[in-house]
Formats: sequence, structure tokens, C-alpha cells
Amino acid sequence: MGFLAHVFGWLTTSSNYWGPQGIVLLFWHQLTLSVVVVASAIALGGTVGVILGHTGKGGLVAINAANAFRAVPTLALLTLLAIQPAISLKWNGFLAAWIALTVLAIPPILTNTFVGMREVDADVRDAAKGMGLTGGQVLRTIEAPLALPFVMAGVRTAAIEVVATSTLAAYVSYSDLGTFVISGLDTNNSVVAFSGAILVAVMAGLVALVLGVLTRVLTPVPLRRRRVSRTKDVYFPQPAAGLWDM
Amino acid sequence: MLIGTNPFFRWSYVTSNWAQIQGDLIQHIELSLIAVAIGTVISIPLAVLAWRHRLVRVPVFGIASTLYIIPSLALFAILVPITGTYSYVTAEVALVGYTLLILIWNTVAGLNAVPADAREAAKALGYSETGALLRVDLPLALPFIFAGLRVATSTVIGLVTVSALIGLGGLGQQMTYGFNIGYNTPIIVGLVLSIALAAVADLLLVGAQRLLVPWARGRGRSSGI
Repeated sequence: MGFLAHVFGWLTTSSNYWGPQGIVLLFWHQLTLSVVVVASAIALGGTVGVILGHTGKGGLVAINAANAFRAVPTLALLTLLAIQPAISLKWNGFLAAWIALTVLAIPPILTNTFVGMREVDADVRDAAKGMGLTGGQVLRTIEAPLALPFVMAGVRTAAIEVVATSTLAAYVSYSDLGTFVISGLDTNNSVVAFSGAILVAVMAGLVALVLGVLTRVLTPVPLRRRRVSRTKDVYFPQPAAGLWDM
Repeated sequence: MLIGTNPFFRWSYVTSNWAQIQGDLIQHIELSLIAVAIGTVISIPLAVLAWRHRLVRVPVFGIASTLYIIPSLALFAILVPITGTYSYVTAEVALVGYTLLILIWNTVAGLNAVPADAREAAKALGYSETGALLRVDLPLALPFIFAGLRVATSTVIGLVTVSALIGLGGLGQQMTYGFNIGYNTPIIVGLVLSIALAAVADLLLVGAQRLLVPWARGRGRSSGI
């Protein structure tokens, strides 16, 4: 129990919370990085998913490409970007981490947005068109609200992955909660490493919780009856298309 | 090695460091294979239990989800005091923990998708519970299980690189090496080889699925998207 007592001691020492390497600032760094990354991924992946889903074209290609991206190791992108002189020190390493993590976050959001859009009942879409709604109106009033639970499931998967992986950004210079983990591993200070790990896990849990609540709030009331859960996430469990099924 | 400039890619690095690259690649394959194999061996029985017993389902999914959410790097940090650095055990516990949710989820989904007719027919033919499970339910769930295996395998192959930070890492070592000396080529070698490895592994799994699930062939996409 001695070890856990040390961890508890470290986490309850107020001097560890403040200052340029304090928990508060590094927590903030990690949170801002993650929010910016997920927002960019929604802007890019979500837009492409909406366009493909609305027009119904090119979807299989997009999904397969998104699947292939699953195998891209974020460590490679981070290290590669971090040694490019034009990128490396921009905004204290923020830029390299931003780009590398956005690549990681786009696939789940893209896939889920596309599938969410395609899951909209064709009859509903036809009825809306029959009532004289324009393409833009169909998108805004019919497709977007109905696809939302899927999109949010993708956002949640992406956000959890991003929070978890942004710890690696500490390895290439951007200081966030990963700094505790990595410096702890480097200096054989397992108390610091373990405490950092707990803080990251807490943040991942918080993000999952907040996004779960947000999903519920954003979901149209008639769709809320069933609890919106991971089941909407088509990116995650996927008994079908892959690179070789094209 | 003396490096003056940093070109995008230099072949001579590959040729002169081939032994090291090969060693990293082999370690990468080992780490991934062990993780997926152990993950499968643990997941399928747990999935069967979770599928049959409501009481088991909640804790199994709870624990698997928790392991999935905890960042692998954090898990390494948590395990290092117990199992040490440079240790396969440290890396594998984290990697296996990551595969569990994917594999259990898909296996349960596959078992849920078994048509009731097939199960009744098995019962009428006199199969025992276990017999029906082994010869009817699990085979019919195979397309889902394979889907889970494919996702788990490509994810693990990407994730193995992170264990470079505890001294293993397979091809991840090329990445940390390139980063430390500020040289592109090793990172690109690591990146390309790990993507290629994931592609080959996926192809092998698709091939295995065609052999083991011949009835699903040609029917196109079975379900999902």
C-alpha cells in the first residue's frame, strides 16, 4: 500500500497543482488541444460525411479510406511533424499535435456522419421532397437531426481516442498531462507517472460523460426514448466493409 | 552515423540498417500477434458468458470499456512499477486490454444475430447446449467475430508503436530513433511498414474468413454498412 499512499500524497500536494508544470495548467493544455482537434475533425470529417451522405455518392470509398487510416500510428505522424523545422516549435508544439491528432479523429466522425445520413428513411426524405422542401431544407430539418445520434457517437469515440492519444504529444514537446507520464517513465519515478495516468483517465472519463449528456440534449425528443449509447457507433463495431471488400 | 542534411527519404538508410529494421518488424509482429491471440482467447468465452447471463454482461462490458478508455501510455505507466520496463508483459497487458471491448462487443453482436430458427433446429436435432454453441451459434457468429478481429488487429498494430516509450515498440523504435536524431527516413520506414503490416494482416484475416465462412461468400455484405 506504500506506493498508492505516495500517489495519493502526490495528488493531494497543492504545490503540484500550480506553476508552469502544474496539474492545472497541463490539464488545461490537454483539454484545449483535444477540443481544438475534435472541432477541426468535426469541421473536416463531418462536412465530408454530410456531403457524401446527402448526395449518396462515394460513400464506400470514404468509409474504406477511413478504415485504412485506423492503422496509421499517431506516434509516426507526431514525430515526423515535430522534426520539420517549419512546424516543430510552432506554438510550443501545439501545431504538430493538432495536425497529427486531427488525422486520428477524422475517420470515426466521417464514417458515423455518413452512415447516420444514409440511415435516414428514404420515405421520410421523399415525403419532405414531395412537400416541396429544397435540398438544403431537407438537410437541415430532416437529415441532420435524424443523423445526430450517429454523429455524436462518432464524436465521442474520436474525443476519447484524442484525449488518450494526446498524452503522446508530450513526447514531442507539447506539454500536457502526458508530460507527467513520460517524465515519470524517463526518470523511473513511477509515482508521478502513475498519478499522471490517473489524471488522463479522469479526463477521458469526464469527456465521455459530458459528450453523453450533450448527445442526449441534442437528440430530438422523439428519438430519445431509447437510451442513446455506443450502439449508434458504426465505426466501432463493424461487421462489414473493409479495404478488401471494395 | 553522420547525418548532414535531412532529406525526405534516403534509401541508403534502409539498406545499411536493414538488420535493425527487420528486428523491429519481427518484434512488431510478435507483440501484435500475442496481443490479438490472447485477446481472442479471453474475449470469446467472456462474450459467451455475457451473452447467456445478464448478470455477467454488466461487469464484463464495464471492465472492458474501462480498459478501452484508459490510454495505453497511461496503462504502461500504471503497470511499469509492477511488471517493469522492457517487459513484454507490460506491453501485452495494455494491448490485450485494448482488444477486449472490440472483440467481446462483436462476438456478442454476432451471437445475438444468430437466427432463432437455427437455434431451434439445433435443439430439435438433439444438440446439447454446448454442442449447439460450438457447432451452430459460434460458427454463425463468425462474420461478426472476424469483423472484430480485423478492427482489433489493425488497431493493435498501430498501438504497438506506443510501447517504444517503455523500450519495446517494434517499428515504433524507428520512430523514436528518427525523432531523437531529427531524421525523417526512420520515421517514414516505421510508418510505411506498420501500415503495410496492417494491410497484410487484414488481407490474411479476410482470406481466413473466406475459408472458415464459405456460406457467407458471394452474398455480399452480411450486415452493418
